Amino acid sequence: MKTIQVYDPAMCCSTGICGTEIDPDLVNFAAMLSQLKGMGVQVERFNLGQQPGAFVENEMVKDLLTKEGVSVLPVMFWDGEVHMKGRYPTHDERPDWFRAAAGKAEVAV
Amino acid sequence: MKLPLFRPDPASSTRYLFFTGKGGVGKTSLSCATALKLAQAGKRVLLVSTDPASNLDEVLMTTLTNQPTPVPGVPGLDALNINPVQAAAAYRERLIGPMRGVLPEAALRSMEEQLSGSCTVEIAAFDEFSGLIGNPAAAQEYDHVIFDTAPTGHTLRLMSLAKAWDQFLDNNTSGTSCLGPLAGLEKQRVIYENTVKTLADAAATTLVLVSRPQLSALREAQRTSGELRALGVTNQCLIINGTFETNCPQDVTAQAMQLRGEAALSKAAAFIESMPSFITPLRPINILGIAGLRVLLEGDASATSAVSLETDWVAPEMRSLEDLVSDIEKQGHGVIMTMGKGGVGKTTVAAAIAVLLARRGHAVHLSTTDPAAHVAQTLDGQVAGLTVSRIDPAAETAAYQQEVLGNQGAQMDAAGRSLLEEDLRSPCTEEIAVFRAFAREVGLGTQRFVVLDTAPTGHTLLLLDASEAYHRELQRQARSTQPEEVLHLLDHLRDPDFTHILLVTLPEATPVHEAAALQEDLRRAHIEPHAWVINQSLLGCGSCDPLLQRREQTEHRYIREVVEKQAKRTAWLPWQAEEPIGPDALARLASSKLQSVCA
Repeated sequence: MKTIQVYDPAMCCSTGICGTEIDPDLVNFAAMLSQLKGMGVQVERFNLGQQPGAFVENEMVKDLLTKEGVSVLPVMFWDGEVHMKGRYPTHDERPDWFRAAAGKAEVAV
Repeated sequence: MKLPLFRPDPASSTRYLFFTGKGGVGKTSLSCATALKLAQAGKRVLLVSTDPASNLDEVLMTTLTNQPTPVPGVPGLDALNINPVQAAAAYRERLIGPMRGVLPEAALRSMEEQLSGSCTVEIAAFDEFSGLIGNPAAAQEYDHVIFDTAPTGHTLRLMSLAKAWDQFLDNNTSGTSCLGPLAGLEKQRVIYENTVKTLADAAATTLVLVSRPQLSALREAQRTSGELRALGVTNQCLIINGTFETNCPQDVTAQAMQLRGEAALSKAAAFIESMPSFITPLRPINILGIAGLRVLLEGDASATSAVSLETDWVAPEMRSLEDLVSDIEKQGHGVIMTMGKGGVGKTTVAAAIAVLLARRGHAVHLSTTDPAAHVAQTLDGQVAGLTVSRIDPAAETAAYQQEVLGNQGAQMDAAGRSLLEEDLRSPCTEEIAVFRAFAREVGLGTQRFVVLDTAPTGHTLLLLDASEAYHRELQRQARSTQPEEVLHLLDHLRDPDFTHILLVTLPEATPVHEAAALQEDLRRAHIEPHAWVINQSLLGCGSCDPLLQRREQTEHRYIREVVEKQAKRTAWLPWQAEEPIGPDALARLASSKLQSVCA
């Protein structure tokens, strides 16, 4: 996996800390992304509340939003393919992301 | 103590002037009068209110917006209001507008909701404020920019935010951090740095501390002076507004008023002498319009002449505060909140109610949402059954950070936890922490009486706005880890049997009109005020001092306006020769009746 794109629901910030609820999965996810970035993965993150333009430019996201509504968010792409939607990865799922990122590194070598 | 009269000097005034102080001390009147004076000397002046409940419109008799508007009759003077809620609405519209018809309706709605949170509101206003100071291109056509600020607590927050965000951006290592609505706006940073620098530049910025000849107002000016000095704002001066001398030796009220003022000044002598200090004498009229502003600085010859008294005026039916409390008492528990413009006596009224309820055997908790409040000073003593606290933003923020790190942080891995710790240092955290503390205090009202002294209007409006925004956000969440009292906050506030809101005012134009506007805002949020309290009335004081007689006469129309047009119930409190401090003085004040004063 070389690239990750995340289309977040409208939220105050990438960790959700200034909102009403603090979701540990979301904070861990934000921390994981910054680690993955350190491993050379290209990470892009868009917040519906702050970068709505990105949700229009991506046809797939726009389609999902129209068909399934805002509850489809967050939508996460691995190399342009939808990998997960409607929730953030759990504790048990996060290692998959590191493996996928490392896998990419091995292939590249 | 002999102090010179305040006379703004066009030759030596700095480019930026900040008028600050406790509510009701005359910040708006004095900043307007200064702006007028500078404009008349040929300067180009921009007058800016940062109070969410601005009174510039009323004092200038001009309808203002968030853009500079010329003030009729004063060439060279423009004025504007920085209204946080409107600033946030404009910010929202910049983001959402281009997406209409492009994104589905539900997506637009969720953007709208997210961007209605309190942090967006605070930042949007702060952006406009710092833009005027930190952006060299802004306001460059003006020689002077004069800020009429909101009462102390709100202003300290606004002025310290530049530094807070600047430092937060400085120390932010992960780059993914919580910048709230600032995300993507890091270019703002240069502006924040400039703002911090300009505020600290004595050649560019003067802080004008405004006070009354009252100990509480002088103490607050002193605290503000210290806190802003710590932020680097060192060029400060003091104006004591509304000093009073009578030439009626037989007039008890007038003598008491003069003595009370002189005593306050001599107690605060060290502070007053620590910087250039000036006075402005008490005027017989409400300072409204350009003519009124001239009277403020230059006086009015007719002030000392005898007055033809309206002897046939009959006061409308008003109750004592004690009567009001007897009604509310029947519920056995619940929340009583005092609201209104700064300086009208919200703290005094709240403390008096708390004392009465406690002395009647109820469990009572007295608290305040005002970061600059002084409930404990006013209560000044112990009353059985009465507990006192205050919402201290710094302490609440620290407690909230600890709580989150302990609860949610425990479920995170090491990288998550360190990101959490970093993000919790965002200035946005304070907004949430204060809001939750407010919800907690209101929640206590299910078991006892909670008397809440609120901050001046502007701050309170923002707290209500935040309550509504959070309420909507919580409703969208399937599960919530929020405490019960946060979930029920708005329901509690809207329940007229649970929450009794008392709008406190003086019998003067601006406080009455500000309370009336607040009443409208509350009604829009489906919250109905229980009663109005008219405080510090000279009615029936029988003064023979012409200035006080004219002030008493001026009260008539505003008392009428409250009783006949605004209030469902009205309580009346007389002006006090001594600042009502301590349980006995407070209880005595609450039992005052208009008849007994006249008799």
